[in-house]
Amino acid sequence: MEKVMVKGTEAIGEAAIRAGCRHFFGYPITPQSELPEYMSKRLPEVDGVFLQTESEVATVNMLYGAACTGTRVMTSTSSPGFSLMMEGVSYIACAQLPAVFVNVVRGGPGLGDIQPAQGDYWQATKGGGHGDYKLITLAPSTVQEAVDLTVLAFDLADKYRNPALILADGLLGQMMEPVVFPDFRDLSTLPDHSSWAMTGAKGRKPHLITSFDIDPYVLEKMNLVLVEKYKEIEKKEIRWEEYKTEDANIVITAFGTIGRIAKSVVDMARKDGIKVGLFRPITVWPFPYEPLEKLADKVDMFFDVEMNMGQMLEDVLISIKGRKPVKFYSRMGGVVPTPNEIYEALKKEIGR
Amino acid sequence: MQVIYKKPEALGEKEFTYCPGCHHGIIHRLVAEVVDELGIREKTLVVAPIGCSVFAYQFFNMDGTVAPHGRAPAVATGIKRSRPDLMVFTYQGDGDLAAIGTAEIIHAANRGEKITTIFVNNAIYGMTGGQMAPTTLLGMKTTTTPYGRKAENDGYPMHMCEFLKEAKGVAYLARTKVTTPQDVEKTKKAIKKAFLAQINELGFGMVEILSTCPTNWGIDPITSMKWLEENMIPEYPLGVFVDKVGDEK
Repeated sequence: MEKVMVKGTEAIGEAAIRAGCRHFFGYPITPQSELPEYMSKRLPEVDGVFLQTESEVATVNMLYGAACTGTRVMTSTSSPGFSLMMEGVSYIACAQLPAVFVNVVRGGPGLGDIQPAQGDYWQATKGGGHGDYKLITLAPSTVQEAVDLTVLAFDLADKYRNPALILADGLLGQMMEPVVFPDFRDLSTLPDHSSWAMTGAKGRKPHLITSFDIDPYVLEKMNLVLVEKYKEIEKKEIRWEEYKTEDANIVITAFGTIGRIAKSVVDMARKDGIKVGLFRPITVWPFPYEPLEKLADKVDMFFDVEMNMGQMLEDVLISIKGRKPVKFYSRMGGVVPTPNEIYEALKKEIGR
Repeated sequence: MQVIYKKPEALGEKEFTYCPGCHHGIIHRLVAEVVDELGIREKTLVVAPIGCSVFAYQFFNMDGTVAPHGRAPAVATGIKRSRPDLMVFTYQGDGDLAAIGTAEIIHAANRGEKITTIFVNNAIYGMTGGQMAPTTLLGMKTTTTPYGRKAENDGYPMHMCEFLKEAKGVAYLARTKVTTPQDVEKTKKAIKKAFLAQINELGFGMVEILSTCPTNWGIDPITSMKWLEENMIPEYPLGVFVDKVGDEK
């Protein structure tokens, strides 16, 4: 397998094309503009469609339209842009349409800055748009993982007819790493959506794709269909990584790029004879509650590290159920902590 | 016995749910007749809006969806760009198209998006209960302009055809009404041309149709027609603003 050196944003774009995505609608916003730029160059080469939209609001609705025809479609944006898409994300989730989003998270709230952050965890995993819905949310920590999860995002979106989100951050988007790309997906092998997609009512009853019903009892039934689907996804699709947890006394919990920084912290601590391990959720929705809970039997303490005010921390606390202490360290505003800073904070907590 | 007048195939079985005297029913039928005559029902998709015509997708015998408030042109763009072989039309009211969805309609038109828009202008918000629309006339009383619309507070009535005619991507653009049989015929021709603009891949096509809202105007259907003629026509002159389709051969 040939390894190529490539930037995170562009790697995601190439992975999407190889996964069979031929339609990209997007609006430039730092720090992810290289992704639409890449797609604008690359998609015409594979007979695809790139369209720079007038706004993120238009973008998400173009995704809605393209997904209605059963097409593999993607957009990418950064935090304020994703906020603008929230209305449409709720509609797409309710209409049970497959679409893939990439949010290269930057410092916030508000206009924030253009540096890496993780302040959109709640928006990604707990809603953000209106109503009861869930996004399949994948949080890569390396460029290679971003490639693999992008392909997975399309497959999961198609399988469950649900929007999927790559929750990255500015660090992952901007860094270059060697990656191995998957082969190009044979488009004829993509899932058949003819049973529901809008393709013209030839010789059949019309397909109607909507996200509403005026009768509350009918709408509730539709809500329950979604609930059942989410339960199935929670059961089948949790993914996580454990690193040196077998004999650990302390487990660091961290997702995305800070999960990768935390890996260095584990190695630093081990050198000093402190048995630290790492638990890194890869799916942040569905969150790997049970695998994390299992660790509570074995370790003395958890140390949650994030680049936000403690958003995944709530899911960690739900997992641990108060059985072991959970300490927390964070940086915000687009500040990325060094392994040293995190290690010093950890040592302070354990009196070393 | 020879059938000379029947329900278009492009209309479904469901009965219209519109108020008495509302013009949505006439306009739905005209769209359906055009779709039948062009023989495109099996590849035509409807994008319904928010507002009174939110249920439009239920009345047409074709695939359909409902866009979020004002976003129908973006949804239609996504459909058309992913399946250029399909015909797609949006059906939008004045609140939907000229207020919350202004950006989407302007950009779809300016890109020359190969979609068709049926724009129903009744100068008021219908489903939400008679509030001011961008197209509400000066002096007109609504539930949010109880003293009448004033330019200094509420701005001026929006003229969408006049705005959009400047967009180079527009292939057909007309404003009509359906208050007389002659107007109904003219409107049907305009709708057909707006679809032909799409079929012939010329660009964006839109027909703005002036319409009544007896319920929210608070007057009976007959008086509503008269009110439309006397008050809306001076503000919104009828006519063809752009026509790159040409005459039918």
